[in-house]
Amino acid sequence: MAALLEIRDLGVEFRTPAGVVKAVNGVSFDVGRGEVVALVGESGSGKSVTALSVLQLIAQPPGRIAGGRVLFEGCDLLALDEAAIRHVRGRRIAMVFQEPMTSLNPVLSIGRQMTEALRLHLGLSAAAARQRAVALLDQVGIAEPQRRLRQYPHQLSGGMRQRVMIAMALSCEPELIIADEPTTALDVTIQAQILEIMQDLCRRLGVALLIITHNLGIVARYADRVNVMYAGRIVESGPAAALYRRPAHPYTVGLLNSVPRLDRPRGRPLEPIPGSPPDLHLLPAGCAFAPRCSLAEAPCRIAPPPLRALGDGQASACFEVERLLAGVPA
Amino acid sequence: MYRYVFRRCLGALLVMWAVATLVFFMLRVVPGDPFAAMTFDAGDAQSIAALKDKLGYGQPVVVQYGKWLWHAVQGDLGNSIYGSRVPVNGMIAEAFPRTLSLATLSFLLALVIAIPAGLIAATRRNTPLDHGVTLVAFLGLSMPDFWLAILLIIFFAAGLQWLPAIGYAPLSDGFWPWLSHLIIPAVAAGTAFSAIIARMLRSALIEVLQTDYMRTARAKGLGARALLLGQALPNALIPVITVMGIAFALLMSSTVIVENVCAIKGLGRLLIQSILNRDYPAVQGAILVVSAIFVFSNLAVDLLYGLIDPRIRYVK
Ligand SMILES: Nc1ncnc2c1ncn2[C@@H]1O[C@H](COP(=O)(O)OP(=O)(O)OP(=O)(O)O)[C@@H](O)[C@H]1O
Ligand SMILES: [Mg+2]
Repeated sequence: MAALLEIRDLGVEFRTPAGVVKAVNGVSFDVGRGEVVALVGESGSGKSVTALSVLQLIAQPPGRIAGGRVLFEGCDLLALDEAAIRHVRGRRIAMVFQEPMTSLNPVLSIGRQMTEALRLHLGLSAAAARQRAVALLDQVGIAEPQRRLRQYPHQLSGGMRQRVMIAMALSCEPELIIADEPTTALDVTIQAQILEIMQDLCRRLGVALLIITHNLGIVARYADRVNVMYAGRIVESGPAAALYRRPAHPYTVGLLNSVPRLDRPRGRPLEPIPGSPPDLHLLPAGCAFAPRCSLAEAPCRIAPPPLRALGDGQASACFEVERLLAGVPA
Repeated sequence: MYRYVFRRCLGALLVMWAVATLVFFMLRVVPGDPFAAMTFDAGDAQSIAALKDKLGYGQPVVVQYGKWLWHAVQGDLGNSIYGSRVPVNGMIAEAFPRTLSLATLSFLLALVIAIPAGLIAATRRNTPLDHGVTLVAFLGLSMPDFWLAILLIIFFAAGLQWLPAIGYAPLSDGFWPWLSHLIIPAVAAGTAFSAIIARMLRSALIEVLQTDYMRTARAKGLGARALLLGQALPNALIPVITVMGIAFALLMSSTVIVENVCAIKGLGRLLIQSILNRDYPAVQGAILVVSAIFVFSNLAVDLLYGLIDPRIRYVK
């Protein structure tokens, strides 16, 4: 059975004064119905650009879809015109963004912003939309929803605003929610609450979740499957558990070693990945990670390695994956 | 909120008093003695002094000031020093509706042009349309109002004969006579104001259109109209309203000048003629009313600001 969302060979470029930047370069992955899929990677690896491309939200110019398809229930979203994609936005695929402080319109009431999509997509009356908004706010754990609807974003805390964003995303019962670093801007205790709410509601309502993060702790805890992105490409993908047990790309290994983990002995020093993310203007001909990789050999510097299946749903874009898995110290 | 309005009104009155006081003493300092002029410069010191006494200007200036202020507070602005000594209140009552008509029409016309122009320029950024709006705006800003008025008169009144060249018709003469007399002066007085607002709106909108909340709104599936008018415009108007108060001063001073070009006997013309004649009470009265229009329209702008931006709270 085809997945709910199938991204196939997506390429996105930006024209900048310093030249064309390939922010997303041949990315492919799936999100199944009701599944929680993570997209992880360092800052600038192209996660947000991938997410925004799904709903044609990349500003053109300077952006441009260089190629590929985004199939949603078999229909290519990239081929839809503005009027058609609007029926998908918010209705069938909803988004939650990173900055709760700036993602809500400061001069419009919470109620107005919440009911807008309901009235537009579901054709609800003002009263019915308000009623539904109250129920939604209640669902995401906001007390006194009636009063909150009359308030403005500046009167709510960051965590509360993010709950509003989630309620808004859920409002039209979409099949997929794309959450772009939904908790990065929040403090740690609130992060966990927000993620719990999101996971719980998505499970209950059968909504698929594509969660974008650079926090591997979140991935381990909430995602079914993971895609690791580096410099605009997917370098490894697979079930979350497998990826933790047996990382199959030197970059994933590096990411895992650079964050504290509960399944490792305490006191083991964290090892940041040496070097820095590549300049997308000057990508090397071969594997973009090669300059930072201790396993890199001559072939790695000639052509980018393709993503190869390793069985058990895991795939890696590394020429040296056999050596890595054989336990050569990474 | 009410306390805020009350305090602002007090402040406005204070400003009006300061302006009136300043003008009162400045008028006495500038050269040119109306009483000498009234005796055709032929009168001797004695007859001039007699005239001054007769008109109530014989006392020391401070005493005159005290008297004037005392009457002004009670709503009596005194009488003209000339001819049949008509009350200044009457002169203003006659002039005020003309200036109000002109300023209001000018203001509305300016906004009706500036808001769509700003919207178009911002959404069609860097297209020929945007460049066109920019060019017209700069032309409008750099053309002196009196010159624009003369051009419009030459073209639309003298040439095409679509509109009357000068003068004023009260609204009681009918809507079209009233409007047709005001179109040329309103356009001439409002052009610079309109250009400022359009430019300001354009840059504010361009900034707003790139914000995160606009991305959120687009991700909700809103259409272009709802995005622009429902989401972006209220935010973009906030900085525009901030400059509106200042731009309004420009509009008022343009009105004064254009009234003189187009021979509309409004406050502007009253003011200039009274200054030329050194008709002290008339100048005082006209200045007082003009400053009242100015401070209270500024207050209105500030209140509007709070209406549009929920983050503003009138706590002080
Ligand atoms: N509007 C834009 N103009 C030019 N380049 C852009 C633009 N948006 C993104 N890019 C380029 O695309 C690259 C990837 O950006 P993206 O926002 O997808 O990163 P990310 O993985 O989401 O990072 P982060 O964790 O910081 O959010 C950036 O490094 C930048 O070079
Ligand atoms: Mg991002």
